[in-house]
Amino acid sequence: MSNQWDLYEVFIRSKNGTSHKHAGSIHAADANMAIDNARDLYTRRSEGTSIWVVRSKDITASDPGEAAALFEPAESKIYRHPTFYDIPKDVPNI
Amino acid sequence: MATKENTPNAALLDYVLGVADDSLVLGQRVSEWLGHAPAMELDIACSNLALDLIGQAQLYYEYAAELDGQGKDADDLAYHRDAHEFRNHLLVEQTNGDFGKTVMRHYLFTLFSKMRAEGLAKSSDEKVAAIALKSVRELEYHLRFSSDWLRRLALGTDEGNRRVKEGLEDLWAFTFEMFKDVEAEESLYEAGVVPRPSSLKDAWNEQVAALLEEIAVAPSARKAAPTKGRVAGHHTEHLGHLLAELQFLQRAYPGLSW
Repeated sequence: MSNQWDLYEVFIRSKNGTSHKHAGSIHAADANMAIDNARDLYTRRSEGTSIWVVRSKDITASDPGEAAALFEPAESKIYRHPTFYDIPKDVPNI
Repeated sequence: MATKENTPNAALLDYVLGVADDSLVLGQRVSEWLGHAPAMELDIACSNLALDLIGQAQLYYEYAAELDGQGKDADDLAYHRDAHEFRNHLLVEQTNGDFGKTVMRHYLFTLFSKMRAEGLAKSSDEKVAAIALKSVRELEYHLRFSSDWLRRLALGTDEGNRRVKEGLEDLWAFTFEMFKDVEAEESLYEAGVVPRPSSLKDAWNEQVAALLEEIAVAPSARKAAPTKGRVAGHHTEHLGHLLAELQFLQRAYPGLSW
């Protein structure tokens, strides 16, 4: 196609109570068409109960070149993981 | 198989076959877009629509085979009848043309078939009611898809508007058949087994007129109304070609399965 439609990112929630997860991307002329196209491509096998779409160009992403500065400092800070507590046996879901 | 005896059961068999044929033929038409649709996303959308329709056809054929009671199955009815035995409406066998004509055909027919399915869902025949009820949700989406695309095309550009209008002109003459009552079905209408076709006409016309006004497409003035497809199997030349492709494998290798 000479005039390519906008690219949209698709997020699907598989069931109530869970969060929307990135499923992939599709092309569409506007947001409503994006919902229809996402429905046809990503919920064919009952994968979803809710769909979010957002234009890919509206997403601001972190710069891969800055990954080291952004993420490496966290690697040495194991005390941020809540692994130093004794979990009472009667509280299974912490 | 379509017996001409004037018994309620024979009339119901003919009617159910007609509904099945409508779904199969339209499903086959829509599936012709596979690999040819204007965008990859529409390829997938069209195959989904086609699969909905073929799934509906299968359920109606299975019930028709049961009513027929001669040991046939759904495949026998779909693949081993000739064009003159098909009881679909003429509208659904019309060629795809461009995407504007395809979505116009889909809208004009789905608006009717959804109303018909809503009527059938209240049928005194439990099986018909169950099959129809299942199809209503699918047809609601088909209606949304086709009317959205008519809006986009007709309100988008002059060319889109022209193509939608041409599609309407090509198809309009075939819409009259959908609302023609059939004498042999009188007992079915009376017993509340199937909705009377003419009872759907006003609501259909009203909704079509409203959409055409919304999308700035003038109504068609065409009056010519061939109406013998469903009732007598007098089809346009397009159905034979469609069936040749649809039925080829089962005709060449009867009983072949995956």
